[in-house]
Amino acid sequence: MILQDLELVSVTKRYGTTVAVDAVSHHFKSASYTCLLGPSGCGKSSTLRMIAGHESVSDGSILLAGRDISHLPPAKRGTAMMFQSYALFPHLSVRDNVAFSLKMKGIDKPERYGKAGEMLELVDLSALADRLPDQLSGGQQQRVALARALITRPQVLLLDEPLSALDPFLRIRMRAELRKLQKELQISFVHVTHGQDEALALADEVVVMNNAVIEQAGPARTVFNAPKTRFVAQFMGGHNVIALPEGHFAIRTDAVTTTAPDQGTVAADILAIEYQGTHVSVLTKIAGDQEVTALIADADFFAHPHNPGDRIGLTWDANSLHPLTA
Amino acid sequence: MQKLRSQNGLMGWLMVSPLAVVLLIFLVLPIIMIAVVSFWRATEFSIIPAFELENYTFLFSSPVTYTVFLNTFKYALLTWMFTCVIGFTVAYYLAFHIRTLTWQVALFLLCTIPFWTSNIIRMISWIPFLGRNGIANSTLISWGVIDEPLDWLLFSDFSVVLAFVHLYTLFMVVPIFNTMMRIDKSLIEAARDGGANGAQILWNVIIPLTKPGIMIGTIFVVTLVMGDFFTVRIMSGSQSANVGRLISNDIALLQYPSASATAIVLLLTVLLVIGILLRFVDIRKEL
Repeated sequence: MILQDLELVSVTKRYGTTVAVDAVSHHFKSASYTCLLGPSGCGKSSTLRMIAGHESVSDGSILLAGRDISHLPPAKRGTAMMFQSYALFPHLSVRDNVAFSLKMKGIDKPERYGKAGEMLELVDLSALADRLPDQLSGGQQQRVALARALITRPQVLLLDEPLSALDPFLRIRMRAELRKLQKELQISFVHVTHGQDEALALADEVVVMNNAVIEQAGPARTVFNAPKTRFVAQFMGGHNVIALPEGHFAIRTDAVTTTAPDQGTVAADILAIEYQGTHVSVLTKIAGDQEVTALIADADFFAHPHNPGDRIGLTWDANSLHPLTA
Repeated sequence: MQKLRSQNGLMGWLMVSPLAVVLLIFLVLPIIMIAVVSFWRATEFSIIPAFELENYTFLFSSPVTYTVFLNTFKYALLTWMFTCVIGFTVAYYLAFHIRTLTWQVALFLLCTIPFWTSNIIRMISWIPFLGRNGIANSTLISWGVIDEPLDWLLFSDFSVVLAFVHLYTLFMVVPIFNTMMRIDKSLIEAARDGGANGAQILWNVIIPLTKPGIMIGTIFVVTLVMGDFFTVRIMSGSQSANVGRLISNDIALLQYPSASATAIVLLLTVLLVIGILLRFVDIRKEL
């Protein structure tokens, strides 16, 4: 079996003098779900659009299954893109939207409608095949967009913030569907998002980008648990970044525990307490004016409740400290 | 609750009333007046209020009427074809090939420059250009393309249609451009992602989505051309006629009832044409 891996080799995108993507290299494993994660303007969308072929590559190459696809037209790459606002053709029925690329290939009506029917079956929309896109709900539109992208049998499906147009409840349901579909189809999904919770929930591998470069890439759990840079720690959330005599470290807020003032690793003053349901977030200040948050399970907190202004001790397991390189 | 709702209804009526009054006085009443006059009797010296169908029977029994209506349709169709093709091309270029909004606005304004002068001047300026010894003929002769001046350049159907196209293409460009600007650019990327080439994108995505704009432009052009009388007179050198000229001749002869009857028939014809056009394309989203 040929490996269907997607590989970026120092891919660069320049717009005039600004560099949107700066010599990014990455290897996307075949049949994996990868999330490109980062704040807006970090270059994640440009990277995705270069893979899709909707943006030219200024420098470097994109390889898919060993083939250089950097300069091929979008439809010849073996990729398919699902657009942020779905980009469904408003004048075509759901069936015609899904069958669009087959029509462009000159495949006759019975055959392309047959294939479109199979795709609609896959996304469970057969009943709505004759509707127009604006007669569908957001979630249904998204499934049409998926079917339309998948009908070309891509090796890699590119998703540009696919869940951002949905309400929070639907977002959680659709991301489960995306994950399930990726497992069923066994192709690579590359998913651009700015939501770290989305990336963690979906991805086999998370690629965190900032300022046109990859800050850190790895399995979701590794990236979350052991951030390598201050940016990743802060962007993934749930971390304290603290300066200790030995250097800068990231530590998960739930790895910090409170103790009596004289028993902790460091002494701290409580600034604020926030009840979050399952947990209580205790914001403290330690020596050197550094703010440290401790996330305590609510039962533990209410066994020894504290108030803002109290002096307490903070402690942690040395293994929980992750040194930061930047 | 009931009282509030009926009051809301009253407020609604009050709010539309100023516009309704304006339309009533300046649009509905004059048309009713024309319709009424079209049934009056006219002799060489007098106009007598009456209710007779004589004006209409005369109109429909005269072969001139049919020729003139046919001519009007011919001008409308030809002008529509040319303005549509040119207008679509210009709008397409502006909307999809010019990347920056600044340039789009600048070039769009450039298109409107001819409108800084009056219709009549723009029309008349064609005469020295197209005439027997005009610029067009002398240039073609000096290039050796022709030996004799072309007669059909001026005072012909050619010059009439040319003037119409020159006058009204912008009425096609504006609504088409407007519709095109609302097409989500990601639709074009999606089409390209699906393997469509340039022509396929044009045919399968852009033209279907631009139809409402084309339709609005068509309504503008068709009504303007069908209602016109001056362009045909100037540019055909009074050698051909459309319905507008028929009406204006009647008015010149003070035959108001006959002119009114023609006007009513023209009005109904135009409404019929628009009615048919609207059956094909839904323009409500554009309004």
